[in-house]
Amino acid sequence: MTEDLRKTIESVFRQESGKIVAGLIRISGSFDLAEEAMQDAFASALSDWSELGLPDNPAGWITAVARRKLVDYARRERTRRDKQDALTYETPVAAWPSDLGVEADMLVSDDRLRLIFTCCHPALNEEAQVALTLRTLGGLTTPEIARAFLLSEPTLSQRLVRAKAKIQQARIPYEVPNADALPARLASVRKTIYLVFNEGYTATAGDSLVRRELSSEAIRLARVLHELIPDDPENTGLLALMLLHDSRQQARVNAEGELVTLEDQDRSLWKREQISEGLLLLDQALALHRAGPYQLQAAIAALHARAATPNDTDWREIAQLYERLYELQPSAVIALNHGVAIAMGVNLDDGLHAIERIGQSGELDSYYLYHAARADILRRLNRKSEAYDAYRRALSLTANAVERRYLRRRIASLGS
Amino acid sequence: MRYMMLIYSKETAEAMSAEADRQIREGHRAVMEDATRRGILCGAEPLSPTSAATTVRVMEGRVSVTDGPFAETKEQLAGYYILECRDLDEALEWAARIPTGCAGSGGCVEVRPMRQTSASR
Repeated sequence: MTEDLRKTIESVFRQESGKIVAGLIRISGSFDLAEEAMQDAFASALSDWSELGLPDNPAGWITAVARRKLVDYARRERTRRDKQDALTYETPVAAWPSDLGVEADMLVSDDRLRLIFTCCHPALNEEAQVALTLRTLGGLTTPEIARAFLLSEPTLSQRLVRAKAKIQQARIPYEVPNADALPARLASVRKTIYLVFNEGYTATAGDSLVRRELSSEAIRLARVLHELIPDDPENTGLLALMLLHDSRQQARVNAEGELVTLEDQDRSLWKREQISEGLLLLDQALALHRAGPYQLQAAIAALHARAATPNDTDWREIAQLYERLYELQPSAVIALNHGVAIAMGVNLDDGLHAIERIGQSGELDSYYLYHAARADILRRLNRKSEAYDAYRRALSLTANAVERRYLRRRIASLGS
Repeated sequence: MRYMMLIYSKETAEAMSAEADRQIREGHRAVMEDATRRGILCGAEPLSPTSAATTVRVMEGRVSVTDGPFAETKEQLAGYYILECRDLDEALEWAARIPTGCAGSGGCVEVRPMRQTSASR
């Protein structure tokens, strides 16, 4: 088999396996059978395609072969059952449609939407949601997901097995929730996707290439969600937010693996194409006048993206956006960001007061970014010894190597 | 599929106000009537408080009997429903309607699919 063919098959798997498996689950009513059939079909592709050449529609080919495999399994299962006299417990095999061969459009988008809702069902724990989403919709292999989350393969497999067993045993439905439940369930889907993104984006440990894949995967999933439910501005906002963050990926870390702050980033490294797509999507979302947390965060990211230099950043507008975000999601972390925006946009003293007011509750006392942010403003105010103490406090609160190196550099720069 | 809805509530020493008591009874009555009308009610019973509970354990053929519930937890099993539902989402909708409060403190409902044995088919 040629290297080209292997690459083609890999890319078909990446791009299409989510769609294919979603349709197979609808037909078989089982995650396991659907996955098995798809794996078998890809295995057949390896041998058939190298002999006969690439089919016109590789995904369609895989789908057709996988469906035939499902029919085979059903036949095998019937034979096995006929031979077995008494079953103590019913094997959880879903009802088989009698006419597996009928023309059903396998690649209907509804299947993927159903699958997203099943994988992100709140009856599954968050870790299971993430693993299942990446495995079934994302086209990542179990070893790849395990590497990305720094888990052993058996641990991750266990997680997937348990999640699939719960879906089967508790009968978590494979359908789009009704209108009443939809908003809450969509929020749960977006949360899972954003969790995947952040895992890839903020990661500083582990196999960085695989972890990058998580961010791209999250963006791909958000695209699917946006495509399937385009009239929900928060879906669009989430996609815009991730595109805008991801556009800075190259500039965030320098050649030595050091974290580079927004202020010091080489803005020519920002991906213009992603930025313009993100800005366009954000405008579309905001035009619907139903602002939500993802749109507001995207709007903040957009103001950074639009600034040609750090000095051009519209910090006042950013401060206002944080204020609105705080109204929707009152959290100390958002209040902290609001304080930073005031410091940058209005004046340093006001910002420092705002931050120290939040600090009085003690809630952020063990949060390293609180101390780092406070230190940063003190440094700008030239209150060096207080800045030094605050950086030291921040340093004592993070174990992340990249963050520690950053704080040490800041501490060292105070002396000069 | 049948789901068992296990109601967990706090057991409080002080008596409930007549009004709170009435509200909880009303809530259960509504759920039971509705479930009966739809033909999905397979069972529902309230339990006496855990002060009336006795735990029996057989170890190496010897029966040991102890006073009290199996586990001392903040919230105790107070009753159950068994409902026939299409899937988990339907079961969760019903569970959300079951009153769990007791003397002003909220409880919770654990939803467990019942295992399908050959006898139950």
